[in-house]
Amino acid sequence: MSKNLRITNDKFIDQTSRISFKFDGKTLYGFKGDTLASALLANNIHLVGRSFKYHRPRGIMTCGSEEPNAIVQVGNDASMTEPNTRATEIELYEGLVASSQNCWPSVNFDVGAVNNFFSPLIPAAFYYKTFMWPASFWEKYEYFIRKSAGLGRSPTEPDKDFYDHRYLHCDVLVIGGGISGIIAAKTAAQNNLNTVLIDDKNKLGGTTLFQQNECFKINNTYSSEWLKKEIESLNLLQNLTIKTRTTLAAYHSYNYLLARENLTDHLSLSEKQNKVRQRLWKIRAKKVIISTGAMERPLIFNNNDRPGIILSSSIKKYIDYFGVKCGQKLSLFTNNDSAYETAVSLNKSGVTVNSVIDIRDKTDSLIVRQAERLGIKIYWKHTVVNTSGYKRINSIDIMKLSDDGNEVVGKKFSEDCDCLGISGGWTPRVHLFTQSGGKLKFKDKDNVFLPDKSELEQISIGSCNGDFELDSIIKNSVESINKFLNINNNDYKNLEIVCSKELDKKNIWLLPSDKPLGKTKPFLDFQNDSTASDVKLALREGFKSIEHVKRYTTTGMGTDQGKLSNMHALGIIAETAGVKMGELGTTTFRPPYTPLTFGTIVGRNVGEFFDIIRKTPIHDWHEENKAEFENVGQWKRAWYYPKKNESMHEAVQRESKAARDSAGMLDASTLGKIDIQGSDASEFLNRVYTNAWSKLEIGKCRYGLMLNEDGMVYDDGVTTRLGENHYIMTTTTGGAANVLSKLEDYLQTEWPELDVYLTSVTDQYATVSICGPNSKKILSKVIPDLDLSDKEFPHMSFKNASINNVKCRVMRISFTGEHSYEINIQSSYGKSVWEKCFEAGKEFNITPYGTETMHLLRAEKGFIITGQDTDGTMTPVDLQMDWIISKKKYDFIGKRSLYRSDTIRDDRKQLVGLITDDPKEVLEEGAQIVSETNKQPVEMLGHVTSSYFSPNLNKSIALAVVKNGKKLKGHKMFVPMKNKTINVTITDTVFLDKDNKRLNA
Amino acid sequence: MFLINCPYCGERDQSEFSAGGEAHIIRPKQPTELSDDQWAEFLFMRKNIKGVQLERWNHAHGCRKWFNMVRDTSNDKIHAVYKMGEKPPIK
Repeated sequence: MSKNLRITNDKFIDQTSRISFKFDGKTLYGFKGDTLASALLANNIHLVGRSFKYHRPRGIMTCGSEEPNAIVQVGNDASMTEPNTRATEIELYEGLVASSQNCWPSVNFDVGAVNNFFSPLIPAAFYYKTFMWPASFWEKYEYFIRKSAGLGRSPTEPDKDFYDHRYLHCDVLVIGGGISGIIAAKTAAQNNLNTVLIDDKNKLGGTTLFQQNECFKINNTYSSEWLKKEIESLNLLQNLTIKTRTTLAAYHSYNYLLARENLTDHLSLSEKQNKVRQRLWKIRAKKVIISTGAMERPLIFNNNDRPGIILSSSIKKYIDYFGVKCGQKLSLFTNNDSAYETAVSLNKSGVTVNSVIDIRDKTDSLIVRQAERLGIKIYWKHTVVNTSGYKRINSIDIMKLSDDGNEVVGKKFSEDCDCLGISGGWTPRVHLFTQSGGKLKFKDKDNVFLPDKSELEQISIGSCNGDFELDSIIKNSVESINKFLNINNNDYKNLEIVCSKELDKKNIWLLPSDKPLGKTKPFLDFQNDSTASDVKLALREGFKSIEHVKRYTTTGMGTDQGKLSNMHALGIIAETAGVKMGELGTTTFRPPYTPLTFGTIVGRNVGEFFDIIRKTPIHDWHEENKAEFENVGQWKRAWYYPKKNESMHEAVQRESKAARDSAGMLDASTLGKIDIQGSDASEFLNRVYTNAWSKLEIGKCRYGLMLNEDGMVYDDGVTTRLGENHYIMTTTTGGAANVLSKLEDYLQTEWPELDVYLTSVTDQYATVSICGPNSKKILSKVIPDLDLSDKEFPHMSFKNASINNVKCRVMRISFTGEHSYEINIQSSYGKSVWEKCFEAGKEFNITPYGTETMHLLRAEKGFIITGQDTDGTMTPVDLQMDWIISKKKYDFIGKRSLYRSDTIRDDRKQLVGLITDDPKEVLEEGAQIVSETNKQPVEMLGHVTSSYFSPNLNKSIALAVVKNGKKLKGHKMFVPMKNKTINVTITDTVFLDKDNKRLNA
Repeated sequence: MFLINCPYCGERDQSEFSAGGEAHIIRPKQPTELSDDQWAEFLFMRKNIKGVQLERWNHAHGCRKWFNMVRDTSNDKIHAVYKMGEKPPIK
């Protein structure tokens, strides 16, 4: 630490507790309470990064969230490193490791700086313009461009930290704990309103916290002393919650806000252990008071980006709060009164202030007089035209401004300095107001955008609302708060306030120089390296909208979202284009206000909590028996059960053969199950399925196809009539929730007159399916007292039964074409029934099979899977399932659409079977089908939807959709693949047991 | 993020609801009598108003009831909610 850069100041910084940290590999020291930026400045380090495009040396410029230059990489652990963090916001802790970004090999010697010498050749949109041709080369260009544009490094391993999400409800949320925010929070809490005050710093108080200037006094004490007592009084308020280190990230409609609370980032490495790092608060506030303050603007002049050029108010905070001198010999450059506060602070701390260069004519406010009394030299109506010093400013060139301010006159003279404070006035932080949908208005006098209309229960107070002077801040804030909260607080009525009043304002967006614009580098957006010349070029090239200029020049598109640069860009555009600022508007302020870590965004929803996992009651058995699982929606379904050394193909072939040769069993618990009751249940089914239901006998099952109103197949499944007014419907696994919600929609909105009640019972029942020629024998062992004769219990019927006195429903239905039963039993008994069936089936070599075998078996029978063989463009006619469309029913969902001009076309894609000429060749699902091989381009007639090698037929089979396929049975087609063309023949969709003999085998 | 006043449950977060498009489009009682154009009008055509719009919403992760909403799409202000079958409270 350079001793001579610290002054004794123990108010905010604990100068007895020394902290060591590393920056760019070098061990340095700071104090508890420092930010990384203040500690670096105390170590006389200004140069912390290189600029994005020209790799110009850049230094710390601010002391807050708007910092464009000092963005660093924190941490060097592969799992815990974070890029693009602002050194001005990082609180120093023991063991902090940080490094510069966008430089190679080092910040002091950066190869990319060669770009600066070629900068006349790299204007706005250079990359767009140059690397456009030929388009195919972009991938090659991109590789090199990305490499030289350093944006920090991402961690390569999973984040070891953990993060929280929490909800917060309050009557009043106050955003920003500066003087007006503190008044607001205190007033609200004192009036029995549940109040939350948040601030992104570690201490409340804003800039008043360290204001010790006799030009700003309340009741005869420094404004900081008065505020200190106010802050202390907050602790007594029971209704008030204070959250520091909490940044309001997003303000959405209906006063829904997101705030990120930093919990451990300021702690030492050992203290961080096992604590939640950051917490995202999801806030619903009845009323919101925005008191986010204002940020100082830079000035735009030639070479205004050198290390050592810092916002004047930041220099003041570094000296008054951190006790850090930003230099030994400073100059200040301003267009308003605030730089004089800095001059006085510096002077009092024994730092040499060369001069204040002020573009205004002489003014005579309290603070200016104070500076004059201290003997500080002031150049009225002068401007800085250039700066020198490559890695740190060492001198400035000054000239007199002409009367109209458009050019410089007289003789140029120089002044040596190691730091230049700049102040271009103040920009209210209206980001959150606009995020919430509020509209802005432009105030010409102050050249600021201010909150105007809002639809929400909110107000903006203090300097974010355009009040920049102590007395008006307090007076107007109190007035607004009283009105907004409908109360009458007189606590602040009789304060005796002294404050310096600004008497004159002058604003020049782009300051003139003795050189033409093309020869100068007046930076607008420091982070993205765009200059005033770039913006003017964009206008010359025809860009008019501010949004277009922004994207073309990238002004305001950095990680800081142009917090410092946007106003000047707007000003220069307005001036050049000859329009008013208010008419030009602003670019959109988007959340988050400052970048959020991914960890904060996802919170606890990582790893196994990323999504809900649904398991069947029989899941454990599948796991114990080494099943591979498939994700079906949120379900884990047994996919296949490989035996030792068995591949998936081998396992599926074995399972498929066993199911047809003797017996197989499937866990079908995931199928959607909807219990339907009510006196109109039959009529309801008539309306939602294509076929007729009124005549279905009690105890019988029927397959149904459900359409959308547009006539396209939506879902299918078997529904069983349990009683006169009671049905149980099954749906596809993935469609269950959507089908229920669609049915509810019709019931509640179109047919409220129907007496029908729907209940999802998917999770209440486990379903064990047994199929194959021996299934009957196995079931008779499991439920001996059930008559399984074809006469008593035929295909497509159901019986109530019980296993060990536990009631169950047995359906004789089949998705494989085999003689098959489904046992539905209360979930908790699912696994034991499954095991009982497995035990009973052992003598018949019963084989558990998974979803893959199920798909193969049904494809052999030509049964469709909605979502695989259909894609939302298939009607039942397209599927060759005309038989299921009732001719007698007057109406059902989708009926009218089945004879729209489009759905009755002959040449629609229709479901067909495909057989490959080579029976061993298995087609790829999704492969295209053509009728010619020699023509280019060739018409794609359709594609393969399902394809398997059938062990039961000993050949390859496939289902496909083909244009006009119904009429093409027997035709030869081609499936062109990458290295070959496969010859196929169009067939019927049913490959096995066309007469359904096996159902009753 | 809206705060929606479900007519059955009261104020709840938007994340509990799903939107169901324009309200008061009545499914024709006799679809077979309609021409292709008339059916298409019911099936496909929606107004998508900028301004006050009548919408269907479902309290999907709550009571599962459908209801209607009067919402200004230009500023997301919800002027009213009302039950299915009821007349819109404002024009």
